[in-house]
Parts: sequence; C-alpha cells; structure tokens
Amino acid sequence: MIPEIGHFALIVALFVSVVQAVVPLVGAIRGDRAWMDMARPAALAQFALIATAFGALMSCYVSSDFSVLNVVQNSHTDKPLIYKMSGVWANHEGSMLLWVLILSVYGMAVSVFGGNLPPGLRARALSVQAMIGFGFLLFILLTSNPFTRVDPAPVNGDGLNPLLQDPGLAFHPPFLYLGYVGFSMAFSFAIAALLEGRVDAAWARWVRPWTLVAWCALTLGIAMGSWWAYYTLGWGGWWYWDPVENASLMPWLAGTALLHSSIVVEKRDTLKAWTILLAIVTFSLSLLGTFLVRSGVLTSVHSFAADPARGVFVLALLVVVTGGSLMLFAIRGPALKGGGLFTPLSREGSLLLNNVLMSTASGTVLLGTLYPLFADALDLGKVSVGAPFFNAVFIPLMVPMVVTMAVAPLLSWKRGDLMGALGRLKFAAVAVIAVMVGTWFLGGGSSGPVWAALGLGLAAWLAVGTLFDWAERVRLFRVPFAQSLDKILRLPRSAYGMTVAHLGVAVVIAGITGSSAWTIEKIQVMRPGDTVTVAGYDLTLVGTEDNIPGPNYTTLRAHFSVVRDGRPVTDLYPEKRMFRQPPRPTTDAAIHTNLLGDLYAVIGDADGTGGFVTRLYFNPLVPWIFLGAVVMVIGGLVSLTDRRYRVGAPLRNARAPAKGRA
Amino acid sequence: MMRRWTTFVPFAVFAVLVAFFGWRLVLITRGDAPNLIPSVMIDKPAPGFDLPPLVLDRPGAASDALSGKVTLINFFSSWCIPCRAEHPLLVDMMNRDGVKGRLRLVGIDYKDKPEDGRGWLARLGDPYDALGMDRDGRVGIDFGVYGVPESYLIDRQGRIRYKQVGPFTPEDIQEKLLPLLAELSK
Amino acid sequence: MKVAGLIFAVVLAVMSGPVAWAVQPDEVLKDPALEARARALGRDLRCLVCQNQSIDDSDADLARDLRLLLRQRLLAGDSDDQARQYLVDRYGDYVLLRPPFKATTLVLWLGPGGLLLGGIWAAVVFYRRRAASAAPQTALSEAEQVRVKRLLSNDREG
Repeated sequence: MIPEIGHFALIVALFVSVVQAVVPLVGAIRGDRAWMDMARPAALAQFALIATAFGALMSCYVSSDFSVLNVVQNSHTDKPLIYKMSGVWANHEGSMLLWVLILSVYGMAVSVFGGNLPPGLRARALSVQAMIGFGFLLFILLTSNPFTRVDPAPVNGDGLNPLLQDPGLAFHPPFLYLGYVGFSMAFSFAIAALLEGRVDAAWARWVRPWTLVAWCALTLGIAMGSWWAYYTLGWGGWWYWDPVENASLMPWLAGTALLHSSIVVEKRDTLKAWTILLAIVTFSLSLLGTFLVRSGVLTSVHSFAADPARGVFVLALLVVVTGGSLMLFAIRGPALKGGGLFTPLSREGSLLLNNVLMSTASGTVLLGTLYPLFADALDLGKVSVGAPFFNAVFIPLMVPMVVTMAVAPLLSWKRGDLMGALGRLKFAAVAVIAVMVGTWFLGGGSSGPVWAALGLGLAAWLAVGTLFDWAERVRLFRVPFAQSLDKILRLPRSAYGMTVAHLGVAVVIAGITGSSAWTIEKIQVMRPGDTVTVAGYDLTLVGTEDNIPGPNYTTLRAHFSVVRDGRPVTDLYPEKRMFRQPPRPTTDAAIHTNLLGDLYAVIGDADGTGGFVTRLYFNPLVPWIFLGAVVMVIGGLVSLTDRRYRVGAPLRNARAPAKGRA
Repeated sequence: MMRRWTTFVPFAVFAVLVAFFGWRLVLITRGDAPNLIPSVMIDKPAPGFDLPPLVLDRPGAASDALSGKVTLINFFSSWCIPCRAEHPLLVDMMNRDGVKGRLRLVGIDYKDKPEDGRGWLARLGDPYDALGMDRDGRVGIDFGVYGVPESYLIDRQGRIRYKQVGPFTPEDIQEKLLPLLAELSK
Repeated sequence: MKVAGLIFAVVLAVMSGPVAWAVQPDEVLKDPALEARARALGRDLRCLVCQNQSIDDSDADLARDLRLLLRQRLLAGDSDDQARQYLVDRYGDYVLLRPPFKATTLVLWLGPGGLLLGGIWAAVVFYRRRAASAAPQTALSEAEQVRVKRLLSNDREG
C-alpha cells in the first residue's frame, strides 16, 4: 500500500508541476496577480507530495519491504538501520527521487522566505523550477520508478556495495544534491530575468543567498566525498580525477565564478550577461554531470548501472533545459546592457579575470573527461586521460588565479591602482619568501621537491594578502585601536565571509602541497612484535585477530601501538573486512591525526607464515585539505547571514540614486 | 554587428556537444561496447614464446611451431567463467569440416594452477593441438592480454591478424573467424 | 619502548613524491633509485582492467603483473622511455594515463590553452565594446558634453 501511495503522490506532483509551470508564467506575462500568486501554494503542494513519496520509499527501506524491486536490489535485512536509510539514495532511482525532493524544497523555500521578491520575478522563477521538476518527475515515472513491485517477493535483498556502508557516505550525496539542485534556483532566476528583459543590482541581491547556499552545500559535499575516499578506500588518495568526481567539480568551478560575478552585478551594475550565462552554465553542468553518470556514455567506479534509454531521456532534458536557455540567452543577452565602466586593472577587472580562469578550468576538466569518448568515436584510437593530464593543465590555470586572489580585494572598483596595491603587499611578499626558504630547509634541502616550497609560498601569499586586506579595512595600526575595534565590529558580514573563505582556500592549498610532497611511506611484512618507525612514530604490531564478526561482515583486525619519544600516543586498529552480500573485501585504514598530519596504517594480506603485509604512512598536512574546505564553507555561511540579504533588497521602483546605497 | 553573434557561441558549442552525445548513445544502443581495447598488434608478428606443456604427454606451446598453418591461440583459465561458456563452441568448431586440418588450435592456460587447468580440460574436453602453461602471465602481457578469455588468429607467416576480446559467440565464429580463416588458408 | 625488531623483506622510505597504495613488499626493488623510477613510471600507467587507476594504486592481478614487468625492464637496463614503449607496443596508448602528445591528442593538449585564449578574447571584446560605446567623440561642444553626461547617467540606471 505504501509504495502505491508514494507512486500516486509522484503522479499528482507531476500534474501540480504542470500547473505551477504554466499558470504563474502566464500570470506574469499578463500581469495577473492572482495567477502569479498560484506559484506559492503550488510549490508548497509539490513539496508535500514529493516528500510523501520520499517518505514512502524510506519507509519501505526501513521495514525491508522486499516486494519493492528497488529495495530488493539495494538492501538487506542484515544492514544496520542507518545504512538501510542511506540506501534510499545510493541507487539510481532513489537518488533521482532525492533530486526532485531537494528541487521541491528549494521551491518551497522561495515560497516561504521569498516574500520580499517582486511577484513577477518570483512567479517566473517558480515557474521555471516547476518546468525542471516536470522534466525530472516524468523521467522518474517513465524510466526510473522506485516503486516498481516484484512478485513473488524474495526472502532477502541483494545487499548493497559494502564500500558504501559508511557514515561519511550517508551524508555526502545529499549535500552534493543540495548543491547541484540549489544552482537550479540561480538558473531559474536567470531565466526569469531574461524573460523579463532586465537584470539589475536588485536581482543580484536576491539571487545571492540561494547561490551561496548551493555553493556551500556543494563544497561540503565534494569535501566529504574526498575525505570519505581518503579514510575508507585504504588508498590514502583523496582525488582521482574520476569522471564522477569531475562531474561535481565542474559545477563547483562555474558556481564559484557565478558567486563572484554576481557581486559585480550587485555593486556595479555590469557583467550582467556574463553572470546570467554563468548561472545557466552552472546548472547545465549539474545536469550534464547527471547525464554522464547515468547514461553509460562514461563508465566510472562511481557509476550507477548504465542504461542508454535513461541516457536518451536525460539528454533530451538537457537539450530542452540547456539548449532552450542558451538560445534564450543568445537572443535576449545583448539587451542586457550594463552601466558601470571599469578599467581592466580594477576590482571588476579582477573578477572578470576570475570568470575567465574558472570557466576555462571547468572547460578543461570537461575536455579531459570527454576526450577519450571523442577520440574513440572519431576513430582516433583509444586514449586514456588520467591524473597526470589533469594535474598538468589544471594547476597552471589555478596558480594565476590564487595570485590574483590576494591582490584583487585591494584594488578599488572602477579604476584600481595595481602598483599601489602590490606595493602595499610588500610585507606579504617578504612573508612568502620566508615561508618558501623555511620550507626548503625543513623539507630537507635539495631532497624535497622545489614545487613544494612554491606551493606553500602560494598559500602564504594568499593567507597574508587576505589578512592584510582585512587589516586595511579596519585600519589596523593606522588609527587608534578603539577606532579599529569599532570598524572590526561594524565590518559587514559579507566582508568577513570573503576573508574567511579565502583563508580557507589558502589552508587547502597548503594541505594539497604537503600531502603531495612529503608523504612518508613504509611497506613491509610484519610479525607480531615487530616495530617500524614512521616520521618519528614507532608503530609496533601487537597482534592480529581474525574472523571477528560484524553486522554483515567478518574482519581481520590488527592492533598497532604507537609510541613517540618513548611515550605512548595511541593505538591503531586497521581492518580488512570481508562482506557477505555481495562478497567483497574492503580495507579500513586506521588514522591518528594531530591536525598537522595523519598517521595512517593499513593491514594487508597474510604471507602464510604468520606475517602480514603492512602499509604505514605519515601524511603531512592532509587534514588541512578537509579543514580548509570546512573553513571555506564557514566563510560562505558567514556571508549568508549578512543582514543586507535578510532585511530585503532595495525597492526596484525607485529608479533614482537609491540603488547606490545599502 | 559583431556583438550580435557572440552570444550564440555558447549555444553552438552546446549543440555540437549534444549531437555528439546523441550519436554516442545511438552507438551504444546498437551494441558498440565502449570498453574493449582494440589490439595494437594486428599485422605485427606474434611475439616469441616457449611454454612448458600443461598435459604431460602432449607438446607445449611454442612460437616456432606456428608457421605453415593458420593458428588460433586461445588464452583460457579454469577460474574464468566466460571461458567455460566459450569452450564448447571451440570444441564444436574444431570438429567442423573446413576447420579440421586447416586450423591449429593452441591453448595457453593463463595464470592458473596446472592441476586445475588439467582437471578443467578433463571435464570439458580438449580440442587443442598444443597446450602451454603461462604461470606468471608474462606471455599474456607480450600479446597484450588484459583478461581471459582472449584469442589471437595468426596467419601462416606468423603475423597476428585478429584478436577476440572476451569469449567467442557463435556469431563471432560464423561471421568473423571462419571467413578470415578461409581467406588466410588460400 | 626500545625501537627494535626484525623486519622481513625490504623496508622502503619514500621521502618525496606520491605513494603507491597497492605495491607489495615483494615487488619493491632493492635499489631505491630504480624503485623511485618504477614508482614514477607506474603512476602514469593505467591499470587496464580498472577505471582510471594507475598500476601503482590498483589491487588487480594484472596491475601487479605489470608492476613486476616494469621493474624487470628497468633492471634489464631499459630507460624510462623504453620501458614505457614496451607496454605501449603491446597495449597501445590506452595504457598511458598521461596521453602522449601527438596528432590525435592535439585538441586535448592545446585545448585548455585554446579555451583560455577564447576567454581572454571574450573579455577583450567586452572591454572594446565598452570603450567604443563610451568613448567621447572628438570636439564635443559644451552643450553636447552635458547632454552626453546626462544620457550616460540615465543609461546606467537602465
């Protein structure tokens, strides 16, 4: 009964989405307020219906209802409850349901919190949201129905990939989808603006919170996925340039550009066409990612089972949504004339450069991901494009961007003084050189790679530059401290958001540099009682225990005692698990972190004579990669709480100078 | 005016991309498998090898015994499930008129325990003219093997002319292998 | 606790460069310089039966065979290029994770640069268009200058 309720709810939601798509749009065109106001209750109804469907599926999983095909394919009674629940979205059909759920959540949020939006914009935006929802609901109902029943119901399910049974994993896809789908809001607002025929500072002010939320969620989702891979896969890597990872990075790059470009629209009333295009592109990249992962066009360790029929449908969606919006942009774009002029060496100029670099980076990742496909299709032979390619092209694009990031906030709007800014950053340059020299020596002189010093130097440049910019804004040391303190307290939250987020980026860069340059590895066969020293830590294999039963696996667990300078530090228990359904081994590394680095231990195979292969690593600065990402998100959240977004955007009607204030 | 067409560029790029994907999907639905790596050794001489015999009173597999007749080298293993599906087709094929006498079938037991390989053949039948053991997989690498089963058709001059990745299907034998055999035997 | 103990097989310390997560102790070469070369090469070689992993990072049997083969070739005196070519001769360019720079991969390697130039061109067009629409014509009269100013400030609010 419950699956049927869920199914029915989806069908009704489909009809509601038609109403929500058509009525408010017609209302906006005709200026009919009543019709426009249909958008809000429709969006609420959508949310209620889709939430019902999602709840229904969740309940089937929790109760292990094996008459539902989706549950059979992806669950098992032995699975712990939390993984039964997260199993809902760890498969294609369920994840699509999560997609539309989040889409409806955003629609509902606009309905509830978007009271300060002008009705026409709100109506159009919700209408576009509903069109997207319609497309996906149709996709679910026609090709990916999670509520299909199976008769007779099997006694038990086929289990779930054991690699996916992990707390980190339970939260990573929802955050990713909050990001991907969140950018649909910016997209909808962009289309609404194109339909209306104008983009102005007020529009940018309204769009920003939604884009920020999506960006924060996506950053967190990517960071969680990366962290999960690091501690779960036993490989110690955190980024593989795998097609699905790339599919999440591309919208992130474009979304970051969008975030920054909208600042220029808001403050200077220019770069409008760029910003609208970025809004379209960011969401399109989310859709493209969905297509790539589920159509079978690319295979990946992450891919859901490929199905060309689904691929065709998603491609059709892509054609309608992206093709339609890009055509609209092509026609209406030139009418978006901007007002603010600026020279290339100004704050706007730097943000334009940021647009260019981020878009190029995104395009580069797309090129690398798709190239094997092109080459194969055009008979240019089978070629592999792996991490070496991506690292070789991505890093040279990012380095100039990071260098600019430290300088740009010091440039004024409209016409900046580059030489002056660079002059003021003398101190930062000194700090950078000091860091680079220090790194060189600490890293062992010529035995460490040169680029490691450059990497840390870059991070230092960004960090010091960002702090310097903050100090300038509060006039630290230039005016009496009481005045500075006053400024510190009054500085708008969006400025703090920027400072914190940029510092987060510096931390991430340092982390990436450290982990790539100075990882220490020791691989050997150990017997109980043996000790190996890694980075000053003495790890002694105390013993191993085999065949320990877990909820749905048995495990080999090793016990390492860790001592440093004679004093005990901790005990590490790496495991090698063998799951039952389906039978699959996984490695669970044991990690001890002091936040400056990770001690990472992996237990491998037995050698048959009582010894075990062990892999022991010290990964310096790796925690900074993930901590830095969290800092970036905190910066984004701080920005989000800026009261300028909550109090409401300036009234559009006042065409006079009011725009310049606030 | 220049500014008019620049906004169409993103659409144009997208159109190309979509056309490509659409074509690709059509290929997939038609059965083009994008994961098979084509052999780069076609038309090159078969690599040299000399493998110890798998079955004791039968010859091992060696490359100097490849000339004179068209040869099919078949890499198999007892732990390989698709090999099990393929094997009866090979047995059947070697019994056909038109193949018997014209084609030499050489089997290479890839990364297997000899007793397991022998037992497997005893159970399923042995259509091979020669059988070698590739315990460490080195000969496989020389041929560019990356999985089992794989088969290579060698012409009378010792050059590789065709590679079958994965098990033979009846269609593969009928439409690809036998015509090529006929042509190379002329 | 005293640091002591018997350690069987080779203990390897890699001070710089990324690590290889699947390399077994019995594969590691005794000569650290050769081993470092093997690692560097291995990082760029694809495990053919995996998705996107290098042979250093994969647990697959074939990956192990290729790692051993690579080390054998290096011990036999091959240069880096020769060892790599040995595998390319048998498996094609597909085995390289860093695509070679040849005619068929021109678009790939030059693409990022091309995209960057494209972006810069778009920015330049943008600046030029701005300059063109805002550049004052020569010899404007006083009245015309006032009019231009007023028109410009109206435009900004549009």
